[in-house]
Amino acid sequence: MAIKKTMSIVHITPKQFPITKKEARLYMAFISVAFISLFIGGLMGLLQTLVRSGTITLPWGIDYYQVLTVHGVILALVLTTFFIIGFQFALMGKTVGISMKQRKAAWISFWVMLIGTMMTATMILLGKASVLYTFYAPLQAHPLFYIGLALVIVGSWVAGIVNFRQVYVWKRANPDEKSPLLAFMVTINMIMWIIASLGVAVAVLVQFIPWSLGYAETINVLVSRTLFWYFGHPLVYFWLLPAYMAWYAIIPKIIGGKIFSDSLARLSFILFLFFSIPVGFHHQLTEPGIDPVWKFIQVVLTFMVVIPSLMTAFSLFATFEITGRKKGFGGLFGWFRHLPWKDIRFLAPMLGMLAFIPGGAGGIINASHQMNAVVHNTMWVTGHFHLTVATTVMLTFFGVSYWLIPHLTGRKLTPTMNKLGIIQSIIWIVGMAIMSGSMHIQGLLGGPRRSSYSEYGGTEQAADWLGYQIAQAIGGTILFIGILLMVYIVIKLAFFAPTGKEAFPIAEEEADAKPTPKFMENWKLWIGITVLLILFAYTVPFIDIIQHSPPGSPPFDWPIGNQ
Amino acid sequence: MRQLNDKKINEEQQSQEPNLKGTLISVVLLGLFIIIAWGSIFYIFMDR
Amino acid sequence: MHLHKYEKIWLIFGIGSLALFLVVLGFGAFWKGTHPQSHGATIDPENIEAHDAFQSENLGLTKVDEDKYIVNIAASAFNYDMGVDEDGNPVKKITIPKGSTVLFQITTKDVVHGFNVSGTNVNMMVEPGYISRMETVMKKPGEYTVVCNEYCGVGHHLMYATVEVTE
Repeated sequence: MAIKKTMSIVHITPKQFPITKKEARLYMAFISVAFISLFIGGLMGLLQTLVRSGTITLPWGIDYYQVLTVHGVILALVLTTFFIIGFQFALMGKTVGISMKQRKAAWISFWVMLIGTMMTATMILLGKASVLYTFYAPLQAHPLFYIGLALVIVGSWVAGIVNFRQVYVWKRANPDEKSPLLAFMVTINMIMWIIASLGVAVAVLVQFIPWSLGYAETINVLVSRTLFWYFGHPLVYFWLLPAYMAWYAIIPKIIGGKIFSDSLARLSFILFLFFSIPVGFHHQLTEPGIDPVWKFIQVVLTFMVVIPSLMTAFSLFATFEITGRKKGFGGLFGWFRHLPWKDIRFLAPMLGMLAFIPGGAGGIINASHQMNAVVHNTMWVTGHFHLTVATTVMLTFFGVSYWLIPHLTGRKLTPTMNKLGIIQSIIWIVGMAIMSGSMHIQGLLGGPRRSSYSEYGGTEQAADWLGYQIAQAIGGTILFIGILLMVYIVIKLAFFAPTGKEAFPIAEEEADAKPTPKFMENWKLWIGITVLLILFAYTVPFIDIIQHSPPGSPPFDWPIGNQ
Repeated sequence: MRQLNDKKINEEQQSQEPNLKGTLISVVLLGLFIIIAWGSIFYIFMDR
Repeated sequence: MHLHKYEKIWLIFGIGSLALFLVVLGFGAFWKGTHPQSHGATIDPENIEAHDAFQSENLGLTKVDEDKYIVNIAASAFNYDMGVDEDGNPVKKITIPKGSTVLFQITTKDVVHGFNVSGTNVNMMVEPGYISRMETVMKKPGEYTVVCNEYCGVGHHLMYATVEVTE
């Protein structure tokens, strides 16, 4: 085998682009907003668990649901979107480069998103928008809340268009080469994001803003919910795919291996593009106004989106096993024991991957049509997405930050920081196991999500739930300690770590890897199929919803304490 | 000598299809976990 | 594109399991009629009394037959209106004998609410303009907490009721 390697054609490492100081400032701007959001959002989460366990009551007339709105908006929308766009820009800058014009356009996207975030945040803090991050009509927030959200989305579109331009320019300069894997993945994620966020943009611009300003008297509630969930499910894949990028194309480098299969990685991303969007009804299974046959059809499509994750699981295990065996670790699981568990750049994402096993299984259960009644809007669901987004995605983003931040600021990840990172990851997993575990159980016992402390008239069930809410407060407190530690590590890495060069790990293919088929980059075909699937899944039920619409709903602002 | 030859052939096969026994077992365990989890919630659904 | 032999086995096993889940769900939904509630019955949210079921005298528990009951509820922030008892006090607790079939019918006058008889499969979204309906057999005796499980405003956690299933 050794001979074979030297004899094979010299493998060409794809050219990479050094990241200049000006570019680094752009990427760091996005990432900084993400970590500030982590701190604020995490603090809100802690307060929620303390209120709900009956430990404290909020001072100064602050409302539980105001805190919950901040928590949801700032973590699910702001932290994720800013980190993802910053990370993706860094990946693109490294693999296909960024021109000065593109960088300026990227700054526009940053400022538009930040201004939007500020407008939305201000309205929430003034108590004019305690509508939670799903802002279900006919609860009505202040118009600026919706306008701010619209700006965040428009800003993210600018980022997506810059990404497309980056790939296009690179492709023109390298017409015979396949686009770098990471650039391909970013392109898929941004295509999905733009197609999906069109739904919520239409809801906000056409329905919510005119209605909240008083230009429209009523709103069609079911249409607004359907548009929201058309966006809401791909939203969770928009969070997940950047984590998959790190797993497929960065982790192999960190563990000293190669990409298992470039083609299969691309194929799984294409499948994610196809099946992430036409599945929104699985969030609306217990709603009265949607035909059950179409609910079931979207359940089938939802199960299709599991397949690329099954492929991913195989690819990752295979990367680990091949790498371990090459290093000489035999036996069935020798490769697993000898993974670089003490390297935080590996450990944090790996723990994230493991959390996705129960997270993914829970997702299949949630989407299971009539079975959804067991868990719908119970604490189980809260437990579920604290595994997926708050563990799988977050730990992977933390894992990326340990090398990306020092790479961008010209510093080094020191052994001390590495050790702190390991402690941080363990705190996170322990805290989350307690919190998410008790949320799952409480949900199966019927405990509702999104609710302040209540004894529900003193029933026995409510007393049972309280025990789990106390466990959530314990888990939440541990997690908040984890957040403080993470913020400390980020500040250290950004400003105080010793100067040096931290590697930007990008994995390569095996020297003798089979070539990736050309059709993988047939963007028109992929977008065409995506649109057809969306039209198939939504046209008939959407027409049905509109044709059988009840009278619309006027705005309600008093229930959120906003008179 | 024969042993060495065998080893060589074995290695050649491996370069075609890497040894992924551990991977297969891992993913099958993962699959079983999903089936058990789904099955238990289905049981709760039917029981209620 | 090359698939490792074990990956083929894995994908057949994995996709096969998903297909099995879908067959089980599809059989239950289409043959046994356990679809999630989806009647599409509409109503004017600003005039729910126009519908018989939600006139004030019809709210709450009604016995329609031996072991057959209907419960009509008008939800609003932050209350489930189940009518009044003999003394004119609002009904907060409903008592049903074990094994009876109960049809829950509920609609909202204002914002979106949830309706979950905790610990049962009666778990529905309640949206303005629609009637949410679900029939169930109350198999196990005990006290069930009815909770609003979709955020409806500052008093959301105070929106509850009780269903007691007696021996």
